[in-house]
Amino acid sequence: MVVVGGGNAALCAAMTASQAGARVLLLEGAPKPYRGGNSRHTRNFRCMHRGPLSVLTDSYGEAEYYDDLIAVTGGRTDESLARLAIRASEDCLPWMEAHGVRFQPSLSGTLSLSRTNAFFLGGGKALVNAYYRTARRLGVEVLYEAQVTHLELEGDRVSGLAFTYRGESHRIEPTSIVVASGGFQADTDWLARAWGPAAKNFLIRGTPYNRGVVLKDLLDQGVQSVGDPTQCHAVAIDGRAPKFDGGIVTRLDCVVYAIVVNKHGERFYDEGEDVWPKRYAIWGRLVAAQPDQVGYVIIDSKSLNLFMPSVFPPIEADSIEELADKMGLPKQKLRTTVDSFNAACGDDSGFHPTELDGVATRGIDPPKTNWARRICDPPFYGYSLRTGVTFTYLGLKVDERAQTSSDAGKIENLWAAGETMAGSILGQGYLAGFGMTIGTVFGRIAGREAAAHAS
Amino acid sequence: MRAKLVEEARRQIEICNACRYCEGYCAVFPAINRQRAFAEGDVTQLANLCHNCRGCFYACQYTEPHEFALNLPRALAEVRQESWQDFAFPSLLARAFHRSGVAIALATVLGCILILWAIRLLGEQAGGGGFYVVMSHNAMVAIFLPAFLFPLFSLAVGLRRYWRAVAGGPVRLSMLLSAFGSAARLKNLAGGHGEGCNFEDEDRFSNARRWRHQMVMYGFLLCFASTCVATVMHYAFDLPAPYGPFSLPKLLGVPGGVLLSAGTLAMIELKLRADRDLAEPGVWGGEMAFMLLLFLVSTSGLALYAFGQTAALTALLTLHLGAVLAFFLLTPYSKMAHGFYRLAALVKDAQGPGG
Repeated sequence: MVVVGGGNAALCAAMTASQAGARVLLLEGAPKPYRGGNSRHTRNFRCMHRGPLSVLTDSYGEAEYYDDLIAVTGGRTDESLARLAIRASEDCLPWMEAHGVRFQPSLSGTLSLSRTNAFFLGGGKALVNAYYRTARRLGVEVLYEAQVTHLELEGDRVSGLAFTYRGESHRIEPTSIVVASGGFQADTDWLARAWGPAAKNFLIRGTPYNRGVVLKDLLDQGVQSVGDPTQCHAVAIDGRAPKFDGGIVTRLDCVVYAIVVNKHGERFYDEGEDVWPKRYAIWGRLVAAQPDQVGYVIIDSKSLNLFMPSVFPPIEADSIEELADKMGLPKQKLRTTVDSFNAACGDDSGFHPTELDGVATRGIDPPKTNWARRICDPPFYGYSLRTGVTFTYLGLKVDERAQTSSDAGKIENLWAAGETMAGSILGQGYLAGFGMTIGTVFGRIAGREAAAHAS
Repeated sequence: MRAKLVEEARRQIEICNACRYCEGYCAVFPAINRQRAFAEGDVTQLANLCHNCRGCFYACQYTEPHEFALNLPRALAEVRQESWQDFAFPSLLARAFHRSGVAIALATVLGCILILWAIRLLGEQAGGGGFYVVMSHNAMVAIFLPAFLFPLFSLAVGLRRYWRAVAGGPVRLSMLLSAFGSAARLKNLAGGHGEGCNFEDEDRFSNARRWRHQMVMYGFLLCFASTCVATVMHYAFDLPAPYGPFSLPKLLGVPGGVLLSAGTLAMIELKLRADRDLAEPGVWGGEMAFMLLLFLVSTSGLALYAFGQTAALTALLTLHLGAVLAFFLLTPYSKMAHGFYRLAALVKDAQGPGG
């Protein structure tokens, strides 16, 4: 059998299938240093548990987990698949440990996740490394820089698979195929078709190798899809981040302590609506809706040490006017915005940086409903914000056996796992660590089913 | 020179501080996460705290070809190496011996020549049993006492400079216990999960380096203890060498020598398999020569015990004492210095933020 892709879901499928007795070839499109797709950038796995489990404290039951998912997706999910992912996650953690993954207690600055998310020691690349080692030990054959170009769909089965490797084209006829090659976010033309030209200003937080080649090939042949092409996991990141692959270090956690303006110097949303871990994923879309898809965060010296540092130092100035100059914002307008915001701030003695403190503005629109303190103590600091796309949700529709279908019914030898089918469960929004849960659960299911078919 | 290396290390440390995925591997990352800005002294401290386990390199999403081009083990190794050379007294000697295996070999040959010369010159006054037939105890003391005390003095100067540079505070017993406890287990090479480091086979975790290093360290400590015990026996109890096979000096020294010889060879074998680009490549030769010198010290000592009754006595004694002399004198200027600075860094780390 063939596994298309080389990230978490692909590796879980390959290892499971190999242990079930299948002969597995894994085709990773990226070169070895970039193997693992977006899994390289991940750091944890959201896991249901009825009692303390490995590094996870307390308990996190199915009902609470499902409620959390409903809250972020606004109900746009497939309940039976979602519950399947949630229930199976508990059993995944010991399986991951047995396959080489090591966990560590919640990282500093992420204490709020210590009950729900198990952090990988060393992060996602360490997980990917461990899985490649285990896969090799289990007899999985791996090719890097092997780009799958076409799957030949004939009726209800895939009869052949074409890929390029070391400059040559190859065609093979695997008995079973698992597609786990991610979304299409690195293909900015495709993003622009879905989003409009604004998408050209988006930054791609993860691998430049997820261009959706296999996804597009399958959709063109009528494989059933799920999800909206404009939906994706998008967050607001430092505007100076590289176009691709900036990963975790480009995130900015200071919005809640700041005011955020657009290029005209105007505020556009309540910066203090909720704690940042519950809001970071909506700011990607908020910034995307602003002119030129850019935002500017303004804080003053008293807030500088309240948040995790970004990889880029902030722009510093002794006055709001100087800051406006340095950031290319209209001076007068920014002055007015800051002044009217400051005038709307009241008593901030109840300020509490990590809890909803109710320190709110009065009489301005949009309001700031928590952490509203005057921006008045120089030096002032600014960051630019851009939309950073993690992965797109348009993908392959699967059933609870990870099997794909076309209008003619189930495709008997094609399964999908990971980001390429995550849209089945994530209609919108994002829940931290859930991508890895979907990848692990459905990777294992796809591997099991594909191996059973192959024997 | 150091300023440039510190600047590059700082660039990388700031990226690490924004990521934090490696927090569980060793003491370096929690120490980074306690701060937001990194002065030269902070970078020097982090560099000396790093045990070069390389776990962070293989786990890193930002290593080349990524444009952030992180290679933290190497960046810290370069600062660390430079700091040992700057702090050493006199600094010039450190620059020669850290980098040049040939210089270490020459120092060893010179050591042997000096011993041979001493044997010729003073040999006639020799008296006593065992190897004291060749060279008297007093002659040995005359040579080795200064050769032992001067390096100690030099190390003390170096450590004092280090402590100032990293703004170390007053030392309490609990900090010493923490530092020695960490070194005794090489906790920082355990990888956080106890499965060791990524040294000899890319991202595979193994405790090989930890075990082999401890063979060398405990072997050396046993040998050193043997010498100390013998000194006490000689002066306090009027029991001069030679000692029988079941005497305390032999019970400590023979297993120590065997551990040291086997450990140094095992370390050399491991180092030959490791990726040189994840450390400071410029000192590879110096480090290899240092390990060979340690091997020569222990193996010639064991040979002296085994063949001391034969005609080879003078030759073996010359070799052994020459190697020991070179080893002692080079201690502040060779890889041997790392143990002292590492302990200082562990003590400083136990002091927590602000020292």
